[in-house]
Amino acid sequence: MAVTRAQQARRGGTRRREARSGLLFVLPWLLSLLLFTTYPVLTTLYLSLTDYNIIQPPRWIGLQNYRTMFTADPAFWTSVGNSAYYALLAVPLGLAGALGLALLLNTRAQGMGVYRTIIALPVLVPPVASTIIFIAMFDPDNGLINALLQQVGLPAVGWLTDPTWSKPALILLSLWGLGASALIFLAGLQEIPPALLDAAAIDGAGPWQRFWHVTLPLLTPVILFNLVMGVISSFHIFTQALVVGGTTGKPLESTLMFMVHIYRTAFRYFAMGQAAALAVVLFLAVLVVTLVIFRSAHIWVYYEGSRGSNQ
Amino acid sequence: MTHRDGTQSHHRGAKTGVRRAARSRRYLAPMIRHVLLVAVAIAFLVPFYWMAISALKDNSQIFARPMQWWPNPVRWDNVLRALHYPGFPFLRFLWNSIFYAGCVSLGTVLSCAAVGYGFARLHFPGRDLLFAITVSTMLIPGIVIFIPTFVLFKYLGLLGTYAPLIVPAFLGNAFFIFLLRQFFLGVPQELSDAARVDGAGEWRIFWQIMLPLVRPALTVAAILSFIWTWHEFFGPLIYLSDRSQYPLSLGLFAFRAQHTTEWNLLMAASTLATLPLVIIFFCMQRSFLEGMTLTGIKGS
Repeated sequence: MAVTRAQQARRGGTRRREARSGLLFVLPWLLSLLLFTTYPVLTTLYLSLTDYNIIQPPRWIGLQNYRTMFTADPAFWTSVGNSAYYALLAVPLGLAGALGLALLLNTRAQGMGVYRTIIALPVLVPPVASTIIFIAMFDPDNGLINALLQQVGLPAVGWLTDPTWSKPALILLSLWGLGASALIFLAGLQEIPPALLDAAAIDGAGPWQRFWHVTLPLLTPVILFNLVMGVISSFHIFTQALVVGGTTGKPLESTLMFMVHIYRTAFRYFAMGQAAALAVVLFLAVLVVTLVIFRSAHIWVYYEGSRGSNQ
Repeated sequence: MTHRDGTQSHHRGAKTGVRRAARSRRYLAPMIRHVLLVAVAIAFLVPFYWMAISALKDNSQIFARPMQWWPNPVRWDNVLRALHYPGFPFLRFLWNSIFYAGCVSLGTVLSCAAVGYGFARLHFPGRDLLFAITVSTMLIPGIVIFIPTFVLFKYLGLLGTYAPLIVPAFLGNAFFIFLLRQFFLGVPQELSDAARVDGAGEWRIFWQIMLPLVRPALTVAAILSFIWTWHEFFGPLIYLSDRSQYPLSLGLFAFRAQHTTEWNLLMAASTLATLPLVIIFFCMQRSFLEGMTLTGIKGS
């Protein structure tokens, strides 16, 4: 890289001045990191080892909160199970749906802009509002969905009032918002050089082979990104579950997600120590899962830049 | 999709048969694609349609069988009733949402532009480590932060005010710092060097040269931050107590908890909570779609 004259002329004095102004520019964020990141994280860790109800000062109880959580709190396991069920279905379905949609949209045919707009629209709806719309549409007695099901001869389903169907309904709600990741996939698809696909076609690869051996490998970095974002956001599902099931996870605790359990422990029961311990567990779960995904990346993610060095 | 089946068929025996199959596939594939897209588009639009017609129906018609596909009579007064509902002033909630999202958006853009610029273009000791820490904080679940900050704001006597929801935005946000830094990195170094030689201070370089150059990125950040704040539910839920302060999302939630049967008003209010964002979207579709592909918007 060419070194400009201005850079050459830079001496110790200017450098010190630049460092000073650099620190001034990032100063607000330094404050935020201390006040709204470091302090809260350390405090949550400390509180998780105490009994604390906000009114009386925290009382040190060691690992008692964690012991309670794992052995004496059935709602903990219920909520972990619900969140795991939700994540294990919502994430793969969301990824597959978004990728499929992006493949459909990835053409130069006319009118694609309209479809792109339509699939982006649900992302704009506030989660509280979208959940309310879905509650009405999935009404077990007279909702639109059951009316349609019955019209094609399928049985009506209890949806959000039936513990077996409430989570699938929440998953369908999450799929309504898959436009965001579909558009990211689409951007990734449009990065793929057409020459590569043409070359494969000339060598006799059919559409399926081209997808499997050219498109998909080149798309793996985008899949990695969408996978990580999807897992993190599904671990944090809260608003939709609270609107559907309240703090008790109606019906029959089936929508009691992990975040709802933390919320009620902290801000309904004001058991801040116990809630802090639950929050630490969520933090660790997010860390471990992201780490595992990133660790596995070298097996299945294809990076163009590292093609030579890998072998 | 590109179809090269024509050239392929030369290597095979049954030329004409393959060619005919290829020709029919050439028309068939786009047709299947369009049928699928239309189906998906309808499925994605149905909830909007359902929300809009229910908002204008008489309450008894919403769940009537057979389905009423159009409100008859059209109850426009539902909208007015929702706006001024006793105890649930949705017009007031609307202003609160605009105020809340506007302040957070402004604070986020101002602070993150400055901080992003600092990380991108100025050298100071520990910069790269600090930036790495900044990126990794994005993995920390919000709840880990919320519990102690709730206690902190309680002791500051700020529960029941917008301060806990707005003030932190003026100190920056890891995601938008990351986003804007990327854009500042793309501005040619020569521009700021020339200004520096001319004796401009760092602040003037930032304010008069760099900010105008990254204006599209600032727009994206402002829109995204506005929309995310508009959607925000958890923060208002734990910090606000007086109903007259509620933003739309929290107002909707409270209304639904108390009036479980007034579906038409609930839908009118949901429309009210959605419509402003749809309008913004259509006015700034370009920057919005750009922003979405840059980042990915996630609900909740």
